[in-house]
Amino acid sequence: MISLTSPIETPYHRFRAGYKLCLLCLFTFSVYLAEGLLVHLAAVASVLCLYLVPGFAFFATGLRRLLPIWPFLAVLLVWHLATAKYSDGIEVAAKLISAVGLANLVTMTTRLDDLIAVVERAFLPFRRIGISAKGLGIAIAMVIRFTPVLMQKGAQLTESWKSRSPRRPGWRVILPLFLLVLDDAAEVGESLRARGGV
Amino acid sequence: MERNITMIALFAALIAALGLIPKLSLAFGVPITAQSLGIMLCGTILGARRGALAVLLFLLLVAMGLPLLAGGRGGLGLFVSPSVGYLIGFPIAAFVAGLVVERWRPTTQRPILVSATAGAIAGGVLALYVPGIAGMAVTLDISFQEATWLGLVFLPGDLLKAVLAGLITWQLSVWRPEIFRAEP
Repeated sequence: MISLTSPIETPYHRFRAGYKLCLLCLFTFSVYLAEGLLVHLAAVASVLCLYLVPGFAFFATGLRRLLPIWPFLAVLLVWHLATAKYSDGIEVAAKLISAVGLANLVTMTTRLDDLIAVVERAFLPFRRIGISAKGLGIAIAMVIRFTPVLMQKGAQLTESWKSRSPRRPGWRVILPLFLLVLDDAAEVGESLRARGGV
Repeated sequence: MERNITMIALFAALIAALGLIPKLSLAFGVPITAQSLGIMLCGTILGARRGALAVLLFLLLVAMGLPLLAGGRGGLGLFVSPSVGYLIGFPIAAFVAGLVVERWRPTTQRPILVSATAGAIAGGVLALYVPGIAGMAVTLDISFQEATWLGLVFLPGDLLKAVLAGLITWQLSVWRPEIFRAEP
């Protein structure tokens, strides 16, 4: 499973994950509360500068990661062109770009194990109400391990459907996939218990 | 305990897999992914509590930067983008779907097909659309009514998925009845 962390080593990789997350929260809240076109354009410019510090290749990857918000930006543009409130449109678009941009930057420069450590620490206070941090750690590890396994099983079911029928499999492979998962879950649960449990 | 954790973890992985299997797009030419179907099924099969926990676990991994959301998306950026309302709605959707199936116990007159389809519609459409549309209204700075028009684009697909969720839950209850007798 490939994570979205950038392979390019940046100065931001060295900051503590917890601090980065706190700063990100602070920035996002201020961006959503702030008013004024200039403030938001300045925020976009500073986020873009942060992307440029590690080099152009990193900057280009960062821009590609912003692609999923383009449809929303297009809707905004059309909407504000139709209602002739251009500066409002640019302001909302700038808000989106800077908030999503900085959040993506934290994702790109923080390793998965650091984030898992933050999550485990954050869940320590919940021990009293019965959520164990160890159980959560095991569950996270299982999802990471089983996602590619289940994708492969899904692909195999699709292949075997295709060898039997000229029609597209579509949703018909979902039911056997669920059956496989239910049986796997029972077996994995038993082997976890056999190895000492959670 | 172990069994619950593995169920929750494997269903979280299943939601991810349903969004990522490339050839698995639901019919009609448009690549509608099966991910939201997975979320409805988490509720109808695992029940309200475990279903919602599976979806929360999935979202936690998405937030940590794993590209598990349909189309290989992930990371913290999604949680401030216009999709945020739908992400908040996902665990609520699974919870509501599970609650309907738990409260509206199947009988001979009312097979599980009916309660699971109703649950999937209540969760995967009603409970999901309210936060989803609110999220778009807030982040895009448009009125609730305008956001509703944007959100309704997905309605036909989601209704179809709710019916599929009912059918799949019903079939699973025939082949693996022990799952539905387990503690909720």
